[in-house]
Amino acid sequence: MSGYTSDPRIRWTEWLPWLAAIAFFFAMPEYLSLGARILIYILTVLSLDLILGYAGIITLGHSAFFGLGAYTAGVLSAKYGLTDPFLQLLAAAVAAAALGMATGAVILRTKALTLLMLTLAITSILLEIANKASWLTGGADGLSGVKTDPILGMFKFDIFGRTAFIYCLIALFIGWLVVRRLIYSPFGAMLTGIRENTVRMHAIGAPVYWRLVLVYTMSATMAGVAGALLTQVNQFVGLNVLGLEPSGDLLVMLILGGVGRLYGAFVGPVVYLIAQDYLAKQYPEYWYFGIGVLLIVVVLFARGGVLGLVDKCLQALSRHRNSAKASAR
Amino acid sequence: MILYVISVGLSVTMGLMGFINLAHGVFAMAGGYIFAAAMARFGAPFAVAVIAAFLGVAAASVVLERLLYSRLYRSGELAQVLFSIGLILVSMASARMIFGDQAARVLLPDYLRGQLHMLGRDFPTYRVVLIGISAVIIVLLWFGVERTRWGAMVRAAVDNRAMAQSVGINTSVLFMGTFALGSGLAGLGGALGADILPVQWGYPFEHLVYFLIVVAIGGLGSLRGPFIAALLIGVADTACKYWIPEFGAFLIYAATIAILLWRPMGLFGVRA
Repeated sequence: MSGYTSDPRIRWTEWLPWLAAIAFFFAMPEYLSLGARILIYILTVLSLDLILGYAGIITLGHSAFFGLGAYTAGVLSAKYGLTDPFLQLLAAAVAAAALGMATGAVILRTKALTLLMLTLAITSILLEIANKASWLTGGADGLSGVKTDPILGMFKFDIFGRTAFIYCLIALFIGWLVVRRLIYSPFGAMLTGIRENTVRMHAIGAPVYWRLVLVYTMSATMAGVAGALLTQVNQFVGLNVLGLEPSGDLLVMLILGGVGRLYGAFVGPVVYLIAQDYLAKQYPEYWYFGIGVLLIVVVLFARGGVLGLVDKCLQALSRHRNSAKASAR
Repeated sequence: MILYVISVGLSVTMGLMGFINLAHGVFAMAGGYIFAAAMARFGAPFAVAVIAAFLGVAAASVVLERLLYSRLYRSGELAQVLFSIGLILVSMASARMIFGDQAARVLLPDYLRGQLHMLGRDFPTYRVVLIGISAVIIVLLWFGVERTRWGAMVRAAVDNRAMAQSVGINTSVLFMGTFALGSGLAGLGGALGADILPVQWGYPFEHLVYFLIVVAIGGLGSLRGPFIAALLIGVADTACKYWIPEFGAFLIYAATIAILLWRPMGLFGVRA
């Protein structure tokens, strides 16, 4: 887990995911829609990682912000004719940030089960509203007829998802820069401190509560933007972006990748969504079964997720090498 | 009342043992299936089927507890939450594979189906019986936890496990028993309620929110809390759906948030 003391400069390996994404763009043009979806979920999971992995806020309600962003963009476009993509993103960000700040300010005073319940109740309320206010949100049928202008007046959203992919990639890149900067800053160190030992952070005079509210708001904003991206790419919003289940999905993705690691948020959604794409359509039962078993195994035996396992292997390898060297001498 | 029987089990595992067990609905579902299967396939009488549900779920939970749960008592909340979500997914998938998409059908015996004439009004017999059984459970549990040696031991072990061990309480076995009791109660609730809350594969997720609300509002570690919370939630939910259906479950969640903000430890919670 990279902390405050580690070198904040970007290492060369950190460029690999981006190279991989660009290579994907040229190598598999027929999967770009799935690719764009993965990028969006990476952005969302990244925001979840910020509050859960770094600040240690356990939430079952992260879908509230994702869904609010998605619906803000969708409603503005379909009902009020606001079709500029950046204005939609901005509106979604503002709405999610406002919700994040308002709810964060209230619920972050609690912890453990109470916090869990409050986050769950908030996203459930939003789900209820989206479901019942069908004149605005389309209710259970979802909101269709979302239109988005070409980006910068030049790049239309095409049917193959080329524009969407690049667009989401850029959004994710910006999100990554922000989060990366954050976690290597003193602020990030403070968050880690709060996660590890809240009492001690209080004792050394850190404004724990305000830091938590701030990071919660930031994370909400990012999730809201990601939601809006999803709406723009799909040109549709459904009820499945709100409530317990999407929150659970996000959590599972993060856990699979590795909590509290920047790149855990990258690995998780890739593995999860690709597996879902292949398996869920053919065998929905086995898909849930597999994910459940995987989750239990990860929790019991591999806390760091996929990246944690990779880390352990690398460590074991280097230890092996060192001992080999030592015995050679 | 069904909410109460299921949630009181949750309050036992979660409150007394401090384990965030989201998979509680799984045990309730299992209870419901055992109950339905016992009645339909083996023609067991009602009472036997209910007891089978209780014992079956309790026994299954002991296995799970030994194999999986006991490893997680000391780990953080996050691990417990994730683990139980995993368990929910596995159980839902298995239930769907084994029992199919349809809800399990429950045929109540004739003597429980009619109306009961009391105090000049008619009540469905089954609901009256349910309330009666719940009342018995409440009294037994309260007596067990507050007045017996077992209850004292559990409370001691929860407050300070190391201390309890050092005075010679086998906390591992104790927790196993308590967990079995909590899960068994969930199974019992699932079985008794099979007529009212249909048992199907989506059960653990669908009702999860309600169980959690009841426990959170009622407060962890108390037996009185979930009882009152279950009554409140049940009455409020029915009233809302009757008078202002357009709001749906909205008010329940709003009330939950309000109560939790007012009393973060729940109405009758003990400060941890």
